[in-house]
Amino acid sequence: MLPFRYGPLNLLFRRVRNIETNKTSQKPIIEIKDLGKTFRPKSGEVKALEGINLSINQGDIYGIIGMSGAGKSTLVRCINLLEKPTSGSVFIDGQDISKITEKELRTVRYSVGMIFQQFNLLMQRTAEKNILFPLEIAGVDKDAAKKRTAELLELVGLPDKAKAYPSQLSGGQKQRIAIARALANNPKILLCDEATSALDPSTTSSILKLLKEINQKLGITIVIITHEMSVVEQICSHVAIIDKSKIAEDGEVEDIFRNPKTEIAKKMIFSEGDQDPVVMGKNTYRIVFDEKSSSDSVMAKMVLETKCLVNIIHADMKNIDGYRFGQMVIQLPEDELSAARAINYLRSHQITVEEVGTHVG
Amino acid sequence: MWDSSMTALIVQGTFETLYMTLMSTLLAYIIGLPMGVLLVTSDSEGIVPMKMTNKVLNIVVNITRSIPFLILLIAVIPLTRMITGTTIGSTATIVPLVIAAAPFIARLVESSIKEVDYGIIEASLSMGASPIQVVTKVMIPEAKPSLIIGAAIATTTILGYSAMAGIVGGGGLGDIAIRFGYYRYETGMMVITVVLLVIIVQLFQEVGMKIAQKQDRRK
Ligand SMILES: Nc1ncnc2c1ncn2[C@@H]1O[C@H](COP(=O)(O)OP(=O)(O)O)[C@@H](O)[C@H]1O
Ligand SMILES: [Mg+2]
Repeated sequence: MLPFRYGPLNLLFRRVRNIETNKTSQKPIIEIKDLGKTFRPKSGEVKALEGINLSINQGDIYGIIGMSGAGKSTLVRCINLLEKPTSGSVFIDGQDISKITEKELRTVRYSVGMIFQQFNLLMQRTAEKNILFPLEIAGVDKDAAKKRTAELLELVGLPDKAKAYPSQLSGGQKQRIAIARALANNPKILLCDEATSALDPSTTSSILKLLKEINQKLGITIVIITHEMSVVEQICSHVAIIDKSKIAEDGEVEDIFRNPKTEIAKKMIFSEGDQDPVVMGKNTYRIVFDEKSSSDSVMAKMVLETKCLVNIIHADMKNIDGYRFGQMVIQLPEDELSAARAINYLRSHQITVEEVGTHVG
Repeated sequence: MWDSSMTALIVQGTFETLYMTLMSTLLAYIIGLPMGVLLVTSDSEGIVPMKMTNKVLNIVVNITRSIPFLILLIAVIPLTRMITGTTIGSTATIVPLVIAAAPFIARLVESSIKEVDYGIIEASLSMGASPIQVVTKVMIPEAKPSLIIGAAIATTTILGYSAMAGIVGGGGLGDIAIRFGYYRYETGMMVITVVLLVIIVQLFQEVGMKIAQKQDRRK
């Protein structure tokens, strides 16, 4: 009896994915090795990052998720060295940027765009002049810069806002201008630190869609920092879960989602948004199924065939990177035999079943 | 007792006051603006931390700021004579005015630039801006409205100092007020100079605020 993640359907998914990723070649564009960062404010030492190892391939949309204070911002700021690591190294396109001069670093930064939760647009410049800014910094000639600015306004869908000041734009529009600005010098990488955390859900979706489009059209590798699992689900291909300054788990989003190994991963998957945490009793299991198995209404058949009564505690559907998944938390009877029958039934129908601890969520 | 020579005196005094004030403000900014910028950038939290420079700069600014202007005016007389060749008249007064105003302006500039959201500075660093580019393309332009208000405050403060220089024959309206109002009890002359000084201060203040408001794109 194979667990579902090695099932035929999943293999098919993988094959499709590999064809996709082969196009952009599996070469790490960002490599983080043994990274550590300790802040030493007067109030004492803060270990913000410890022993971080990450490898991000070209063309990935890589999510880094964790609770507030976990070290996400520090980690992303180490990727362009806005924060100097205390130990370890960061490789961009094979170059160890912790060993280069300030001047060389500035050139590397032309090719690593960044956007922020608070947008950080220049308030005294119009939208157009904001996009022009990185081109001025890089010394691009005026005519080429003007042309590029117009293209970018088009790309983010705001050509009519060229002359508007940031204070005259909505949050979503500001972030679009910030994205255009970050893309001005044709970067290979785009870093996003909580880029949608100040936006409402529908604006968040539209910004995420734009990022995905940019990833697909331009082949730019995107690193997304967030505390919301829904952001990861919507666009990331890979995810690293960071907890208390360390990486708890990392891998492909569907694998982590299907089979979270660590407590923190389970917690991130369950406690979405402001939903009440799921209360776990004894004999609680989490099951994950895909579109096919859910349409077969496996649950109903399982109850009929095994005569095992289940208590559904929580259920929802998710759309992860284009595939629909359902997850359910169920409680099985205390009678071990009928519980085992139910589990066997589900597993034989290629559904992932795992026992969850009482303190998840 | 009023005659045309008095009118001529008042007109000349007004011009002297304006000349002293504006010239001193300009020269004091040439020194104070870079000092203010350096105070921010060299700070331990700044974009180019320079511990010693920052410390020395702070000490110099604090010491100069704590000397009362009237005393500074007299204390720098040798320097004034060295630079201008005289110790009386409006050109001579510019020397102590600049020395007193530059550190004051440095503090004004420092606080204006500190108002710029650090996130914006960080964003520009993330785009590969050099420290010079951050100063000229981000810090100063983003702080512009606040810097203009600061300049209006600086100008009026310098105007006030310039009137004080009248005590040592510094020229301008302050000089007239002291000569006629204090030594000769000619109240009429006194009132006219006071009214003129008030009008000039108001004018600088108003114009400064208007420009600052117009330049402010934050709302
Ligand atoms: N400049 C700093 N000085 C001191 N401590 C800091 C600094 N920046 C971040 N920290 C600390 O490092 C830890 C991680 O912060 P951060 O990376 O911002 O977390 P996150 O983005 O995941 O919320 C926190 O405990 C925070 O207080
Ligand atoms: Mg953060």
